[in-house]
Amino acid sequence: MKIGKQTWRYQNKLYLTSTGTAAGPLEAKGPLGSSFDKTYDDLHCGEDNWELAERTIMREAISFCLQKANKQESDIDVFLAGDLLNQTVTSNFIAKENQIPFLGMFGACSTSMETLAVGAELVDSGFANYALCAVSSHNATAERQFRYPTEYGGPKPKTATYTVTGAGAALVSKDPSPVMVKEATIGKVVDWGIGDANDMGSAMAPAAADTIAAHFQETGRTPTDYDMIVTGDLSSVGSPIVKQLLWEKGFNIDNVHHDCGLMIYSPDQPVFAGGSGCACSAAVTFGYIASQLASGVINRVLVAATGALLNPTIIQQKETIPCVAHAVVLESAGGQ
Amino acid sequence: MSQLNNQKDYKKNAKSYQPKPNYVINCIKAFFVGGAICLIGQCLQVFFIHFFDFTEKTAGNPTTATLILIAALLTGFGIYDKIGQFAGAGSLVPVTGFANSITSAALEHKSEGIVLGIATNLFKLAGAVIVFGVVSAAILGVIRLFLNNLLG
Amino acid sequence: MIFLYAFVVGGLICVVGQLLLDLFKLSPAHVIVSFVVAGAVLDAFGLYDKLIEFAGAGATVPITSFGHSLLHGAMAEGKAHGYIGIAMGTFKLTSAGITSAILFGFIVALIFKPKG
Repeated sequence: MKIGKQTWRYQNKLYLTSTGTAAGPLEAKGPLGSSFDKTYDDLHCGEDNWELAERTIMREAISFCLQKANKQESDIDVFLAGDLLNQTVTSNFIAKENQIPFLGMFGACSTSMETLAVGAELVDSGFANYALCAVSSHNATAERQFRYPTEYGGPKPKTATYTVTGAGAALVSKDPSPVMVKEATIGKVVDWGIGDANDMGSAMAPAAADTIAAHFQETGRTPTDYDMIVTGDLSSVGSPIVKQLLWEKGFNIDNVHHDCGLMIYSPDQPVFAGGSGCACSAAVTFGYIASQLASGVINRVLVAATGALLNPTIIQQKETIPCVAHAVVLESAGGQ
Repeated sequence: MSQLNNQKDYKKNAKSYQPKPNYVINCIKAFFVGGAICLIGQCLQVFFIHFFDFTEKTAGNPTTATLILIAALLTGFGIYDKIGQFAGAGSLVPVTGFANSITSAALEHKSEGIVLGIATNLFKLAGAVIVFGVVSAAILGVIRLFLNNLLG
Repeated sequence: MIFLYAFVVGGLICVVGQLLLDLFKLSPAHVIVSFVVAGAVLDAFGLYDKLIEFAGAGATVPITSFGHSLLHGAMAEGKAHGYIGIAMGTFKLTSAGITSAILFGFIVALIFKPKG
């Protein structure tokens, strides 16, 4: 059911039936290292090239997700997936392997919540009984596509973010589980004129503020109704900006705001301003946050995944970075 | 008080939230690493003059080649990018940075094959250096030659 | 003494590069390109040779010397053969650097795997 202009409230009781996460070596050493189902000690993940490595990570996250729900690939009605690479190749090849009807999606780093919102909507409307949502990102594939070769010695500024190597998968259905999917707010593309590919936090913060503010206005809730308001990858640059932007709009999220890009790494890790990438919000949400909701430590979380819709060619043509944020409300089923 | 919630001035107002580079520390690091690379170059040059049959004028060739070999190997071992992040321009400006830009591009595109991957992408980053070097040398060369001829 | 001058002059050239990166927000590629052009311009006024005399490798190792060598080679042939000499001589002095960079880059790419 539509509430306001951008927010969907699911009519049925929808659950995150199961989740699966996988992460690379640096993420494994971070504070959330133990929350991932599978971690790799090697960025190559035993594969010959970076693209194959990313595919392996996504495949592994999906296999954990299905295994936990005790489902086969043939039980799944629709597969929604995306990643950062051109033509979302990782998702396409995984879809080729698993032979589930496939909807490829791209919202840069916001794809994690985009697939979840649409997947939940398909289950809610009865077009699917089981929707599998998955995203992945890999530091080296992203680095070489969007910036420089991985071994290039050009220095990066402090505002740069570090693409998370990992993947997250979630199975949405009406089968009860401890975590419920309640609402989603679909974001508009916002571009406030930042054109620096090494400062995506500043670029994405207005998009996150726009979606979160729309969510509060349309649901009539306030920040105190949430135990956590999580942004995807605003990093240490964008996080204070989004707090200030929302404060000026009359919402104080200071006490409940967290950023996945800051949660996944410890401050002493060499990641500049923090983590980014599809897997950043997905691995944190489907790993750590889902387990916190399942155990009832927290009851209601708003996850606003932020995406910088960056294209290296267009940036060189001196245009700015369009950004989008999609938010999903997850609740603990135990609390009811 | 200026409002951050203002699309027109956002780029300017957001600046106060973006961490500034540490100018002094960065320059000191660049100075010492860059200086050290040049010092190694000087040692190599003296070495080639004393132990091989090179003169002051020609010793630059084996020196440059040796530095390039070292930089290419450090790139292969995955060390040069870490030096680069630490030293900034200190490892970017010496000829070793040129070697790193060639080797890193070649290495990164290895998975696409030897011809279409390594060979076509070798000058992806370093090409600009050669283009600008040749164009500026040609323009300045023509001007100087013209002036020389004019003045006899 | 030449060792000290090489260290200090080389270091100072890198500091200029660092300031271009940090203060003027130039990309690494723009910095390198500016240095090559600057080297050629300094050589056009005959200044770069003086710097090399003074600092040795402190002036020949930074990429500015690439611009200087290109122009130097072009001028040497230009004086002997006229304008066509500029095209003949451009790469004469830089041949060792470019050849070894291509060769070693290629060989390393064949042997190693990117580490990320």
